Amino acid sequence: MPVSAANSKLVFDALKDGGVRLISALPETWLVHLIRLADDDPEVTLVRLAKEEEGVGISMGAHLAGVKSAMLMQNHGFLASINGIVSGAQLFRIPLLMLISDRGTFGERDPWQTEGGAVTEPLLAALRIPVMRLDDPNRVAVRVRQAQTLAHSSNRPVALLLLRDLMWEDQ
Amino acid sequence: MTRLEALRAVYDRLDGSAVVTIMGAVAAEMQSIGHRQNFFYLQHAMGLASSVGLGIALSRPSVPVVVFDGDGSVLMNLGGLSTLGRYRPPNLLHVVFDNGSLLSVGGFPTATSTGCDLAAIAAAAGVPRTACVSTADAFVTAFADAQRAQTLTTIVAKVDAVGPAAFVTDLGLLENRFQFQRYLQAR
Repeated sequence: MPVSAANSKLVFDALKDGGVRLISALPETWLVHLIRLADDDPEVTLVRLAKEEEGVGISMGAHLAGVKSAMLMQNHGFLASINGIVSGAQLFRIPLLMLISDRGTFGERDPWQTEGGAVTEPLLAALRIPVMRLDDPNRVAVRVRQAQTLAHSSNRPVALLLLRDLMWEDQ
Repeated sequence: MTRLEALRAVYDRLDGSAVVTIMGAVAAEMQSIGHRQNFFYLQHAMGLASSVGLGIALSRPSVPVVVFDGDGSVLMNLGGLSTLGRYRPPNLLHVVFDNGSLLSVGGFPTATSTGCDLAAIAAAAGVPRTACVSTADAFVTAFADAQRAQTLTTIVAKVDAVGPAAFVTDLGLLENRFQFQRYLQAR
């Protein structure tokens, strides 16, 4: 499976450096290394979800309790989380750090991913969620840091899109 | 029993716990008894109260957490019960007020009114302790037992489908949210 282990490690290390100690996740192909890294790290609590919207609630609780968290999900998981994001994290001004694998865009071979790919960024814009794309390994650390900084200064959700160029080695 | 009677019956047992309630009638009734800084009312985000409680419980294992949930809310996030059962935080007490009704939005019947058994679902999802009660005395006993057990517990409390006349209170959503966060910071 040509998911980039090296770049997954860059993302994970950036989250750790930012003080993230709780990660919620629902597995998807591009996230396998990230989830394994979180599972293997004794300093990080990995919460495996049944559905991604639960992760919004878990991150809300973690934030109120003083623990920095992040959510790992596919863009379809983001679609499944939207009510929680709006009526939980946005209504209650929670700094939510969402890492969303950007499936269904240029280069996508799986037909079932393609509709989600077309609506992810327009939906983020409609929800007024600031978003940056992670595509360059050299920019991962700084962008994760910037995303987390904005999430906490604004008390709002922010999104980082994990792009094919970063996550997939077989382009 | 009414939900208000049930809440009154355990109110004095909430000192020192981080308390999360669902929206609507539960939040309004808790506030009618008396708001405290350790109470957080998840107004909206239906289904996620147990997830918020799980996030607090995992983040702060030394803080007891009580979630006051409802049948309509739990039914929106049944998968969340499997996540509770998976991580089993011993400091989480999950109460589900089951009135068989979406009372706050017009009283339409939920699936528990036709036999859906939430205590059985919680047990089958891996919640190690469950109880189903229908009187205030039995509720207080089950609640006190769960606090002593220090094991993840779901108590389904069967209550009448009655609620307060109004749901909006004078406590601002963000005022409550920041107050609750500061309460937990000081713990």
